[in-house]
Amino acid sequence: MNLSLLLEMSASTLEDRRAVTSGTRSLSYAQLDAAARRCAAKFLSMGATGVVYCGTNDASFPIAVFGAAYAGLPFIPLNYRLGDEQLQPLVEANRGAVVIAETAKIPGADPEMVVLRSTLLDASFSTSADIELPPFVDPEDVAIVLYTSGTSGTPKAALLRHRHLTAYVIGTVEFAGAEPDQAALVTVPPYHIAGLANLLSNMYSGRRIVYLESFDAQLWLDTLRNERITQAMVVPTMLARVVQHLDGSPADAPMLATLSYGGARMPLPVLEQALELFVGTGFVNAYGLTETSSTIALLGPEDHDAAFAGDPVAKVRLGSVGKVLPGIEVEVRDEAGNVLPVGEPGLVFLRGEQVSGEYEGGSVVDAEGWFPTKDRGWIDEDEYLFIEGRADDTIIRGGENIAPAEIEDVLRRHEAVVDAAVVGIPDDEWGQQIAAVVVIAPGKSVGVDELHDYCQLHLRSSKTPYRIEFRDELPHTPTGKLLRREVLADLLG
Amino acid sequence: MDIKAGSRLACPECSVELVVVRPPSSAVVLTCGGVEVVDAAADRPGGGHADVSGDGTLVGKRYADEDSGMEVLCAKPGPGALAADGREVPIKGAKPLPSSD
Repeated sequence: MNLSLLLEMSASTLEDRRAVTSGTRSLSYAQLDAAARRCAAKFLSMGATGVVYCGTNDASFPIAVFGAAYAGLPFIPLNYRLGDEQLQPLVEANRGAVVIAETAKIPGADPEMVVLRSTLLDASFSTSADIELPPFVDPEDVAIVLYTSGTSGTPKAALLRHRHLTAYVIGTVEFAGAEPDQAALVTVPPYHIAGLANLLSNMYSGRRIVYLESFDAQLWLDTLRNERITQAMVVPTMLARVVQHLDGSPADAPMLATLSYGGARMPLPVLEQALELFVGTGFVNAYGLTETSSTIALLGPEDHDAAFAGDPVAKVRLGSVGKVLPGIEVEVRDEAGNVLPVGEPGLVFLRGEQVSGEYEGGSVVDAEGWFPTKDRGWIDEDEYLFIEGRADDTIIRGGENIAPAEIEDVLRRHEAVVDAAVVGIPDDEWGQQIAAVVVIAPGKSVGVDELHDYCQLHLRSSKTPYRIEFRDELPHTPTGKLLRREVLADLLG
Repeated sequence: MDIKAGSRLACPECSVELVVVRPPSSAVVLTCGGVEVVDAAADRPGGGHADVSGDGTLVGKRYADEDSGMEVLCAKPGPGALAADGREVPIKGAKPLPSSD
């Protein structure tokens, strides 16, 4: 199995059905397939060894992804917003690759290999040379190289082979299962695993993708209505902005059957407001990692509905990531590697055909195929998986393991707080002490003592922040993951 | 016929094309409408099957042979039905999931 087959099957079955829309332009499955083959031949005629994509989200993105797959070349998406200093080493690490970009001047790139993104849509971007596309792409070949967001340091190149990604798609998506009028609105960036997995799933299911190049709450809502969107995926920061923008009025998007979210931890107050405003829409929480070819666990619409209706068990599970997908196994282990019983928090390990766990330079998967996610979590008696956060972020205060997310959730529930970050700061007596950095809502005010008392009311005193400071905003990655190391550096600086 | 992961197979007599998702643990003869499948790039006379009944082979469906562990995905449909060493190869059921992406 290789990625190009996913599009090839849709193109031969669905032909003229629309596959992708950006702005006023749409491509059918047959047109997308033809454009991908045209670009594949061109890439090979240029002698490319890979396809670097350093651009925004539009119809050229699927052309580039499937073009690389048809040519048997790895696809390497980079964050087009990176500064020259960060971009250059990534471009240089992929010397020999064609570089698809928004501008001709890319630091570290061979000018002969740079192609403007918009050119991919142009039929003249082709070769007259007699290039035959490889008839067999080995499922063991690397399909996608993704530089992980790296909330903890330098980005690492995660490798996803064709067999990982196709296992995810054919294991979770019914081929051509979408109705002809279904459409998915996509605003996640192309250099994130969610953007890639979303493309593959939707193309295989026959659902049209509508791309927004940049996110804006009003534009997103307008597009939902105008394009009659039936499925949408957002990261928490986007949903928070939509909820804030709606300011209590209903979303008025009756066509929207499913709203899925993931990429970072969703603050419960945002989710609860969203459930109220999107009447008739089913919510889905998707948890996964780059190294697992995207989603490995889902919390579905029934669970969200039950929580919204007040079921106390479902309300607790709203804080979970649901159950793992068929074909995925999960284990929670202690630091010594012992498997822990139900309900006990520890390190989360995953196994399954879509799990890669491999980076440039080596794999971190053990001999039995288990991948250490480095997330801490636990499983309840009905197999719902709860993720507390990154193991590296766990605060150890006087020997007690404390998950920052629990304290952040409490702080965010305070009516004057819009965002909060909790980190451990070095302390001679306790090993680590808890520090909180809080962003106050516009027009609201609250003091340190009041927040301290509020935490003590809702948390054990050992979990109450010892130090609380205020900032205008917190540092986040593009998908909304909090950059705790920057928060910590700021506090210690 | 060597059946390896990722290889593309085709029925010599009808339009069925397959991709190998999981190879069999030991050699197995895979047939479509009673005729052994061939490499998709090989010559395909395309005379059709004399006797067809049932649904044939459906595009996008996964067919799994429990005995050999072999699994194939149908990339192009056709009237022939699949068999492994004479055993009918059933469709592998997939539990529908809510759309997560």
